[in-house]
Amino acid sequence: MKKYDVQKFELLSNEQIADGIFDMRVKNDELAPLAKCGQFAHVYVPSKTLRRPISVCDSENGVLRLVYQVKGEGTKIMSEMKKGESVDILAPLGNGFKIEKGKRYCLIGGGIGVPPMLYTAKQCENPLVITGFRNKDLIILQDDFKNAGAELVLTTDDGSAGIHGFVTDVLKEKIAEVDEVCACGPTPMLKAIAAVCKEAGKPCQISLEERMACGIGACLVCAVKVRKNGEEIMQHVCKNGPVFNAEEVVFNG
Amino acid sequence: MADLSVKVCGVEFNNPLIAASGTFGFGMEFSELYPLEKLGGISCKGITLTRRDGNPVPRVAETPSGILNAVGLQNPGVDVFINEDLPWLKKQNTVIIANIAGNTPEDYCAMAEKLSETDVDMIELNISCPNVKSGGVQFGTSCESVGAITAAVKKYCKKPLIVKLSPNVTDIASIAQSAEANGADAISMINTLTGMRIDINSRRPIIRNNTGGMSGPAIFPVAVRMVWQVANAVKIPIIGMGGISSWQDAIEMMMAGATALQIGTVLFTDPYAPIKIADGMNEWLDKNGIKSVTEITGTVKPW
Repeated sequence: MKKYDVQKFELLSNEQIADGIFDMRVKNDELAPLAKCGQFAHVYVPSKTLRRPISVCDSENGVLRLVYQVKGEGTKIMSEMKKGESVDILAPLGNGFKIEKGKRYCLIGGGIGVPPMLYTAKQCENPLVITGFRNKDLIILQDDFKNAGAELVLTTDDGSAGIHGFVTDVLKEKIAEVDEVCACGPTPMLKAIAAVCKEAGKPCQISLEERMACGIGACLVCAVKVRKNGEEIMQHVCKNGPVFNAEEVVFNG
Repeated sequence: MADLSVKVCGVEFNNPLIAASGTFGFGMEFSELYPLEKLGGISCKGITLTRRDGNPVPRVAETPSGILNAVGLQNPGVDVFINEDLPWLKKQNTVIIANIAGNTPEDYCAMAEKLSETDVDMIELNISCPNVKSGGVQFGTSCESVGAITAAVKKYCKKPLIVKLSPNVTDIASIAQSAEANGADAISMINTLTGMRIDINSRRPIIRNNTGGMSGPAIFPVAVRMVWQVANAVKIPIIGMGGISSWQDAIEMMMAGATALQIGTVLFTDPYAPIKIADGMNEWLDKNGIKSVTEITGTVKPW
């Protein structure tokens, strides 16, 4: 059995769910069931040289759910794909979050870093999920997290919905209630979360993002510096990540 | 079923399609998708005398019909390559080409000497990397420097020596002649064209190295032109590359004068591209009653 492969997926739906954010569902009975939480799919976009790496938001009954933000030309073309079209996807890629039984997890998503935390929440017992958005127009997936049985907290930077503040404000209050933290979002947020976890002595896994090409660890463009056994070495977001032990990541390295 | 096999400097390739250096690592990741014997060969990620961590990120940016990259020769060093990667590579039933890059002529010679004692099939002299501060392309942009480095490495190299040329030069044909006159057994060309993109909002170059090497379909016509010019100027075989992304491109590049081909950037669009290109070439050869792919090399009929 291959760990990953390129196959055609059937596009079941592709709808806008918030300002500039789309929810795509694609079906392939062979590859979709292989996806673990925190992994990603490398989506071919017609007319583009590079594929677009999109985190797996959910995987159920052969359907991969990809929630993505339109950021440039490639994701714009993705957002215009229609039901019934065939989508060429290389998946599942990367390592994913490591979820152990018997632990209580705090899962944190910031902005477009929220989607991978849904599939992760489904692997956890009674997780605490903290989601942060810039404002109320960008809020996504709240009902999905509730249906997954998560204790859910919503924050916005501008106070237009939920708690006015950052996810780290909530984390500081609640970190004593959990055993481990998993997070995905902008780098400054991940850096702040890593610092809070370190102070509290709690393990923390963070999912990183980097401009990518091959997606499988051959071309070496999506480099990240990590510290292993006291030595700084280069690893790659696509192959060694996207999930890293926060303590090992050399930020701005 | 046409014969797709080709021979370069006495080395037999199953088919003319070689994975281009820097796009394929040391092959392990792609072997998850298909057996590497489907390829004619692999030109390994450029290696240096000692480990290099490469450039800061971002290292890649998309461009119309192509990409810019500036990885900066990240690699574990020649000894790790020989001890840890080469034994596995040699079991893959495909031609293994070691691509070497150095800061000094001594670096190149030391690596050529070490690799000559191993099972690599060929050595590719990378004097065309545009993304490192010293070495790389500085050896590849004048006839004198190309001649000198080729002659120096040739003394230590017991494997067929391929010299990989940069397109960032005034007259590529005379540079190729200089490589040939100084002992190159083959030419591979073209490396990337130096390019740049700027984010207009931040006014920052997208690539952290500011400039990068441009590759992909956008550079294909430039590559065809240069291969044709060099084919008319030298007698040694040419391994043609630069934006090949379809079987039609592959045939076109061979008609321009290439004996074998390297394909790189298209692997990022479609990792299965080499297999599809080989199949397409085979069908076209059959349809045209051509028994061996070698028959099309250099058959362009210029006006």
